[in-house]
Amino acid sequence: MASIAVEMRDVVKTFQTPEGTHLNAVDHVSLKIDDGEFFSLLGSSGCGKTTSLRMIAGFEWPTSGELFIHGKPMGHTPPYQRPVNTVFQNYALFQHMSIFENVAFGLEMEKRPKFDIQDRVARALEMVQLTGLDRRRPRQLSGGQQQRVALARALVKVPDVLLLDEPLGALDLKLRKEMQLELKALQQKVGITFVYVTHDQEEALTMSDRIAVMSKGKVMQLGTPVEIYERPNCRFVADFIGESNFFEGKITATAGDQATVFVPALNAEVIGLLTGNLVNGQQATVSIRPEKIRISSEPVLNTNCFKGVVTQTTYIGADTHVYLDVYGMRIKVWDMNKISTLDPRAHYTVGETVCVTLFPENTLVMATN
Amino acid sequence: MNPHRRSPLINIATVLVYFFLYAPIIVLMLYAFNASRTNILFEGFITEWGPLRMQGSLVLQSPCGPFHWFCELAKNREVMAAAENTLLIAVISTLVSTTIGTMSALALQRYNFRLKPFSQLSLYIPIVIPEIVMGIGILVLFSQLFSLINSALGLAPDARLSMGLGTVILSHIAFCVPFVTLVVQARLQGFDKAYEEAAMDLGANELTTFWRVTLPMILPGVLSGALLAFTLSLDDFVITFFTTGPGATTLPIYVYGLLRRIITPQVNALSFVWVSIVLIAVLLLQRLQSREN
Amino acid sequence: MLKKLREDRPFQGTVLILPTLVFMVGLLIIPLLLTLVVSFGTRSPDGGVIYGFSLNNYLRLLGYSTNCPGGQPACFDPLYLQILWRSLTLAFNTTVLVILMAYPLAYFIARSPAKRRNMFLFLVLVPLWTNFVIRVYAWMMLLRTQGVINGVLGYFAGLLGIPFAPLEMLYTPGAVLVGMVYEFLPFMILPIYTSLEKIENALYEAAADLGANPFRTFLRVTLPLSMPGVVAGTILVFIPVMGTFIVSDLLGGRQVILVGNLIQNQFLTARDPTFGSAASLILMIMTLIVTYFYSRKFGFGEEIVAA
Repeated sequence: MASIAVEMRDVVKTFQTPEGTHLNAVDHVSLKIDDGEFFSLLGSSGCGKTTSLRMIAGFEWPTSGELFIHGKPMGHTPPYQRPVNTVFQNYALFQHMSIFENVAFGLEMEKRPKFDIQDRVARALEMVQLTGLDRRRPRQLSGGQQQRVALARALVKVPDVLLLDEPLGALDLKLRKEMQLELKALQQKVGITFVYVTHDQEEALTMSDRIAVMSKGKVMQLGTPVEIYERPNCRFVADFIGESNFFEGKITATAGDQATVFVPALNAEVIGLLTGNLVNGQQATVSIRPEKIRISSEPVLNTNCFKGVVTQTTYIGADTHVYLDVYGMRIKVWDMNKISTLDPRAHYTVGETVCVTLFPENTLVMATN
Repeated sequence: MNPHRRSPLINIATVLVYFFLYAPIIVLMLYAFNASRTNILFEGFITEWGPLRMQGSLVLQSPCGPFHWFCELAKNREVMAAAENTLLIAVISTLVSTTIGTMSALALQRYNFRLKPFSQLSLYIPIVIPEIVMGIGILVLFSQLFSLINSALGLAPDARLSMGLGTVILSHIAFCVPFVTLVVQARLQGFDKAYEEAAMDLGANELTTFWRVTLPMILPGVLSGALLAFTLSLDDFVITFFTTGPGATTLPIYVYGLLRRIITPQVNALSFVWVSIVLIAVLLLQRLQSREN
Repeated sequence: MLKKLREDRPFQGTVLILPTLVFMVGLLIIPLLLTLVVSFGTRSPDGGVIYGFSLNNYLRLLGYSTNCPGGQPACFDPLYLQILWRSLTLAFNTTVLVILMAYPLAYFIARSPAKRRNMFLFLVLVPLWTNFVIRVYAWMMLLRTQGVINGVLGYFAGLLGIPFAPLEMLYTPGAVLVGMVYEFLPFMILPIYTSLEKIENALYEAAADLGANPFRTFLRVTLPLSMPGVVAGTILVFIPVMGTFIVSDLLGGRQVILVGNLIQNQFLTARDPTFGSAASLILMIMTLIVTYFYSRKFGFGEEIVAA
């Protein structure tokens, strides 16, 4: 069984706003990050992900609650006494030092012997493929290279946990994609726990072992990328990660992990999978991803089938995005273009009436937030 | 459209203003080679290296030739003493005001504390009141304080406290600090705290972080603050005038005293040397700074 | 104690600013308060201070006099009000002249190619590095009756065969004005340059594109955008001119007595520190009022730092 690298136990961080009111940037967060895990904190700006990271690093101290690193309480330990290192958003490379001096800085602070420092710095620079640039100044390197220096500088200390604060945010798209794969490979190679802060859902899904989706200082859902995408536990998560169609309604019956929801807008009942703890009579949101909806000319099932009119189609190449009007509700469907043809009617025509099927195993019933 | 196009009127005005700025200084420097003893009239340059005729009658033997007045200056004990004082005052007040000014800039930029608004206000005052007001205030303080102490302790006349180098240095520090603080603060405003966090993250404590990361990165600001303090102190007349005492004459005070009595081209020679030294120092500093970048 | 120094941020800030505060309180706040106390006192026969609460010094500044012709007990003597007024008008005139001279030069530098700007700015700064007193001396040499200007004028008059009587320029109000302008001109050039330099070229192009001729562009775009620099420069010039006494002393002789001369005289010659203190405070109040209205109307600071 894996031991726990970082644990946040009921952590609150309160800031004073310029207007003088108090704001919980992190609001009673509890989570455990396993040893050797690639863990992402995902959310839009102001959700508390960076503040959480900064508390693990030691730049901020919790207002209440406690933070453990490898089982030791560390909420009020200064950063220089924690076995964690950080890769900063804008790298924070020391401009007045060479690349070598930057990477050696942390080892110097540990008062390691000179030959040891030289050896380790050389290996760290090799690991990030920057051998030979050690005499340069940070300004003389490209953005991607600076990013690698920041990585080497943190990793050379062999921390228990590496914290990364949107490290790829300043890079262009292509480089970012490359670095995502590289970072993931690197993490598996060195076996260090990575805690990764990002607002980019695709990045989080690509790289993480587990993701904590945050909003307004709270963790909304914690799970593997597949869990987060396929079984979002609430409307916020389903909406934030990928795209989805939502119907509001009330649960009329539950059976095992299935629930029946009456949706007033459709004037019909929809059957779907329950995610989260919901009971009969509760308000709920029905969510279905656009790529999981089936369009056909005839009804496929007895239930969960509705008539809709095509209002707009957009050809995207691999998919055709079809927008439908179902009892006045706008529903989006991503339909894969499996037939190679130039005939637009092979797909869909505006004004056409079709059957929309929401398969119960793809239809999720979740909390409304 | 050429962005650098300017009206010819602007060019003419510019030439005139530069002429206005430089003509007095050039005349001043030329007169350092004046073959007149009183420097009221320009009697031509000293050209010969041998015996020197001055104002018709007077004949001097000058081994220095055209640099006669510079040699006279070097022989002038009062000038040398004043130069020594000026430099001593400037160096000490620059060192102290740069140190404590940098500290206060850090405090104002990075920390919140109860005395902050008061500190900001008090640092702002010397910039918006005439120097003479501060000078008078310090004069009143020291004269009242010293007479109180002297009479209370019944000190003998030669043991009495009086104005001197000490009071001048303290006053110079006081009026330099706000300017140093302002300059360093401006530099700190553009300084990302992430650098300090990175240092601490890598294992440096607060003190090490300051010496290894913060100070090197704000050094240009600290240096320009120091340069400003140094020039302010060198140039200062008013505050020195009111806080100086016997044995603490500075060059500006000495020159002022001379100007009210008799003037010889020695003053011009002094100006010549002064301007040259300052110019060379500034050019050297600029060379150093541009090499840094 | 160590723990407090490590963890208590407000305490750290206070410790950092403490040395500065000691100087500011000891050599600025306390002296100013003491000046206020002394200004309410009366002069002792040996030139000391008898503490008390008397408004006599302020009344004297406002024209109340007990030294009257014809043995009257009290009368109006405008002497000191005239000095205050003279200082104000001189500061005002100096500032206006300095703006008129500084603006074209600052504009010239700001519109020069970027690599030459630093050199032009450097040329503005060089005169500042000569000493203040030395700069006044230079003007004494230029302006005196047998001085350089009269020499040059006489030479040309001689060439043209015009009879020439040397002009009396030194020890006149005009000499003081020229000296003041010379001393403080660079302090106006720098802030105006700073604000002009910030104006993007695109703005000039936009104005031209919208049909404004160069003159209207200047009036509607350049001038308003450079106002912060003019205001900052005004403060940097106006305040010291109000308080300077060497320029008027050396170039004005007995002709031009300003508040600064009055204060200096009270402390060093007339030996009445109480009256000198009152004059000093009045001077401070006058400048503070001007600064207050300026900074409230326009706001400044950045330009002053830049200078």
